[in-house]
Amino acid sequence: MRYPNALLISCLCSLVPIVLVQTPVFAQDTVRIAYIDPLSGGGASIGEVGVKTFQFMADEINAKGGVLGKKLEIVPYDNKLNPQESLVQVQKAIDAGIRIVTQGNGSSVAAAISDFAAKFNERNPGKEFLFLNYAAVDPVLTNDKCNYWHFRWDANSDIKMEALTNYMKTRPSIKKLYLINQDYSFGQAVRAAAKTMLSAKRPDIQIVGDEMHPLLKITDFAPYVAKIKASGADSAVTGNWGQDFALLLKAAADAGLQVDWYTYYAGGTGGPTAIKQSGVNHRVFEISEGHANIPHQASQDFEGVFRAKYEIGLIYPRVVNQMRMLAAAIDEAKSLEAPKIAAKLEGMKVDVFNGGDGFMRKDDHQFFQPMYIASFGERSDKEPFDEEKTGWGWRIITRLDAENTMLPTSCKMDRPS
Amino acid sequence: MLELILISTLNGVLFGMLLFLMASGLTLIFSMMGVLNFAHASFYMLGAFFGFQISRYVGFWPALIVAPPLVGVVGALVERYGLRNVHRHGHVAEMLFTFGLAFVIEEIVQMIWGKAPVDYRIPALLDFTAFTVFSTNYPAYKLFMLVISIGIFIVLLAVLTRTRVGLIIRASLTHPNMVAMLGHNVPRVFMLVFGLGCALAAVAGVIAGPALVTQSNMAGLLGPILFVIVVIGGLGSLPGAFIASLLIGLIQTFAVSVNASLTDLIGTFGLTLDARSPLAELTNVTVAQIAPVIPYLLLVLILVLRPTGLFGTRET
Amino acid sequence: MTEVAATRAAAPVRSWLAALRRHGLWLVAALLFLGLPLVFRSGTALTMMSLMGIMIVFALSYNMLLGQTGLLSFGHAVYYGLGAFFVVHAMNAIIRAKLPIPLPAMPLIGGTAGLAFAVIFGSVSTRRGGTAFAMISLGLAELVESSSLILRGFFGGEEGITTNRTRLFRLFDWNFGPQIQVYYLIAGWCLISMIAIYAVTHTPFGRMCNAVRENPERIEFIGCSRTMVRFIAFCLAGFFAGIAGGLAAINFEIVNASYVGLQQSGIVLLAAYIGGIGHFIGPVLGAILVTYLQTMLSDVTEIWQLYFGLMFIAVVMFAPGGLAGLLMIHVPLVRARVLHLLMLPYALLLAASSIAGVGAIVIVELAHRLTVKATEGAGVRLFGISLEAESAWPWLVAVALVAGGGLLTRAAWPPATRALSDATAAAHWAERS
Repeated sequence: MRYPNALLISCLCSLVPIVLVQTPVFAQDTVRIAYIDPLSGGGASIGEVGVKTFQFMADEINAKGGVLGKKLEIVPYDNKLNPQESLVQVQKAIDAGIRIVTQGNGSSVAAAISDFAAKFNERNPGKEFLFLNYAAVDPVLTNDKCNYWHFRWDANSDIKMEALTNYMKTRPSIKKLYLINQDYSFGQAVRAAAKTMLSAKRPDIQIVGDEMHPLLKITDFAPYVAKIKASGADSAVTGNWGQDFALLLKAAADAGLQVDWYTYYAGGTGGPTAIKQSGVNHRVFEISEGHANIPHQASQDFEGVFRAKYEIGLIYPRVVNQMRMLAAAIDEAKSLEAPKIAAKLEGMKVDVFNGGDGFMRKDDHQFFQPMYIASFGERSDKEPFDEEKTGWGWRIITRLDAENTMLPTSCKMDRPS
Repeated sequence: MLELILISTLNGVLFGMLLFLMASGLTLIFSMMGVLNFAHASFYMLGAFFGFQISRYVGFWPALIVAPPLVGVVGALVERYGLRNVHRHGHVAEMLFTFGLAFVIEEIVQMIWGKAPVDYRIPALLDFTAFTVFSTNYPAYKLFMLVISIGIFIVLLAVLTRTRVGLIIRASLTHPNMVAMLGHNVPRVFMLVFGLGCALAAVAGVIAGPALVTQSNMAGLLGPILFVIVVIGGLGSLPGAFIASLLIGLIQTFAVSVNASLTDLIGTFGLTLDARSPLAELTNVTVAQIAPVIPYLLLVLILVLRPTGLFGTRET
Repeated sequence: MTEVAATRAAAPVRSWLAALRRHGLWLVAALLFLGLPLVFRSGTALTMMSLMGIMIVFALSYNMLLGQTGLLSFGHAVYYGLGAFFVVHAMNAIIRAKLPIPLPAMPLIGGTAGLAFAVIFGSVSTRRGGTAFAMISLGLAELVESSSLILRGFFGGEEGITTNRTRLFRLFDWNFGPQIQVYYLIAGWCLISMIAIYAVTHTPFGRMCNAVRENPERIEFIGCSRTMVRFIAFCLAGFFAGIAGGLAAINFEIVNASYVGLQQSGIVLLAAYIGGIGHFIGPVLGAILVTYLQTMLSDVTEIWQLYFGLMFIAVVMFAPGGLAGLLMIHVPLVRARVLHLLMLPYALLLAASSIAGVGAIVIVELAHRLTVKATEGAGVRLFGISLEAESAWPWLVAVALVAGGGLLTRAAWPPATRALSDATAAAHWAERS
């Protein structure tokens, strides 16, 4: 090499950034929870909503004295919706002394963190951390790939389909059903569950179409809508979210398609706006663990305060359950160590946020709670809240108790002795 | 069946014309610079957002008139102060500059308008059904988009082939030195062409915004398709870009409606494939699932077999 | 006679010294790799150094294409990702079959997979150079990324494929559970790859690649086939990218579709270019810098992507030689010992542009706070000072900083360039005499 000194100088210069790596020092009297979700780039709008919700809950718990006399603190880490990046951020959190990690956006990320939790906790006894999953719904996380350190508060996609099909059992008007989903693990799970459960509960319903389209790549759903029309379906089941949902609905409205839409994520960011823009009044249904207009005074009061502070609706009622249960578990275990908290969390029974009984099943660490089916459209006096400033809101159609949503699990957990 | 074919043709032609609005600008710029402008779809996105913002204050129609020239000016400035300086560092540097520019524009759009979709509405004047094909309604707004696209294509063709300005532009694209020697300000011509290309992309953005979702990731969704079109059509050929846009638009729209897979094809010959074999995964894939990927297959095929594209006259 | 014998006896010592001077750098690098974990012990630092090691190999392999052979590829992550997938599947197969293959041998499998796919894809893509090659690489990358959602068995769908690196056959009782052992594995492979890639650049083949980069037409005149040269360079690049992918698979123990994606290709392009594609050390610097920024910048600001993009554009526009290029300009000055002449002008320039830079950052962050984060209140903490985005004075101060800093920079720029050219001329003369 012609410039040996250059190499040396360059190496020394390159060390400068590493010197600047500093583990942030936090006050010792707070209990920190790492929130790992996208805070920049495309997924950031959802990630930011999550941070606000967690912060709100931390404030509520701190106002009541915190946990074990210490205040809760939410520490956000940006994972850019990337599984590898998430692992790096988890490592940073662990280095900073954090032992509770929460995440929800993206099952691929959740799978990576869950897997890492199992391996890390096994290899580093005494430094275990908990992974609290608030929104990643891939069923596999509480079935084949379950592990002791992962807890899930969102009903997984199979549970939601169980609730939905239980409702469909009571609707004789559904005769021809069209399935349209995004072609990735979640869409596949929705479609598979729909087919098996419907054939068991309503074999008379004819499934006239089963469409899988590439994820977030379609800019014009008109051909798909044309196919739905041609099939003569009266109802459709879709797991579509984000722009796949918005564009689908737009195309359906443009073509004058008259079907009932049974969805998972119509209430997600951008969904209500799309429904209002398409003018589809009370024909879009969503299965969810909570909506703003549930007739339960405590949750409606909460919703009012939340909206006043953040100007957005509470998209994640399950986060309320998660944080309250976490605080209760820490207080009961009288410890901040992950194995002790986990022992108290599993099997815990609570009154859920919007009324009813919920419990964290010990076998698979899946939380079961009442599920609601609501339709989106013009509001009446019984519906005080609208969504995304459209003027339209959710109308509760029916409620299914937790027992009506249960499914067996294939989980065989390795429990720490 | 016939209904499906008719609707798909209409939608395919519409999508193709929209793509052509953008690809025409890209082809002009490519003929001029010799490198593909990665930020072209970003100007499309800027057009959509400018159109949205202006329509919030004064309505859709003024936005349609004001937003494209505004974006064109932005484009001209980028060429004058950015690209021109990078030109001396070579083709790779130019391509990378536009690559970084696309990134930065997306970030700035996110900073100003956020990451969620914005509520860009179809103007009330056009919010009705134009006609009904069998049982499907065809919205008037889509017809409007079609009419605008065709109109602009005709105007563009007329300007380039029948006016003096068009003559100078076409000459500068192939023989810039000679044109400079004849006394024309060639750098200014290039700046104009770049601005014009960006303005064309912005028009596409303004009219497509209400129909598609106006969001900060819209550039990344359409960007790669544009390159496919320009390369397939032929580098530097406007008619080629037209044909290629229609081709891609039709293919994408039709492929989505075809539910057949290789397994079905094999089945027609009376053979069946064991569902558990690893090959089964590959052959079970339906045409509809790979519809968005077909343009890239075509891209690779064309580049390997005929690198000048279908109608192109020069290789890169 | 005795003189001859004396010189003969001295010859082996001299040749040892010469060899040390030529190859001593690698010894220093090896010692550096060994010693780093003793200085930076935290888990985050170890993870980050492991990531840097992986990225160094990846970026160096990419530079074999871009810097050495002039081939701009937008899909290099395909070979990285496919290497990673093959390694993770191989690891699972070996664990199942209980074969006595230790973990350190796994990156080789990744390299072989990368090589195989580079042979397949390279045979079609290297027939053309320039923009056509770039477009083909883009098309192929999109194809592979899309097929990753279709071929679920191999790519594992959304969740990807996981493995456990502690279950392989153990050499010397290393189970590679702790991060420090993984770091040493990565460091070892990084060093080997660096030496190998460096060696390639100094072979006649490496020179032919440079010739193809400069003037592809002319190389045909001397009887070499430019397609064959490009193809071989492509295959070698794919091989080392596969090694990097294998190391990543070992490090994360999970491989999913994002490994082959366009974003990963973009990152390695960024790293190689910012570091400097004209020098061997460039991609190394770029890899270290980009990895560091990726990990740490998002903690400091939410709009880190904007800064990334601006930095990239700045490098493209003003320093196309990258960081390495900038550093190399100063190397003759070090040798001629005239570097001290530059200290003052550079310090002034740095101070002036820092002032302008701080002002610009404040404006951007305040604007961000006002536009997107309006519902979270207008307060923001920059450089340790709390600012209110809605009051006027932070804006005024920021604008003043930008304006003042801009003027100072304009004033400080000519003396700095003058000092540089004077110093370079002085060094030139010193070398001559």
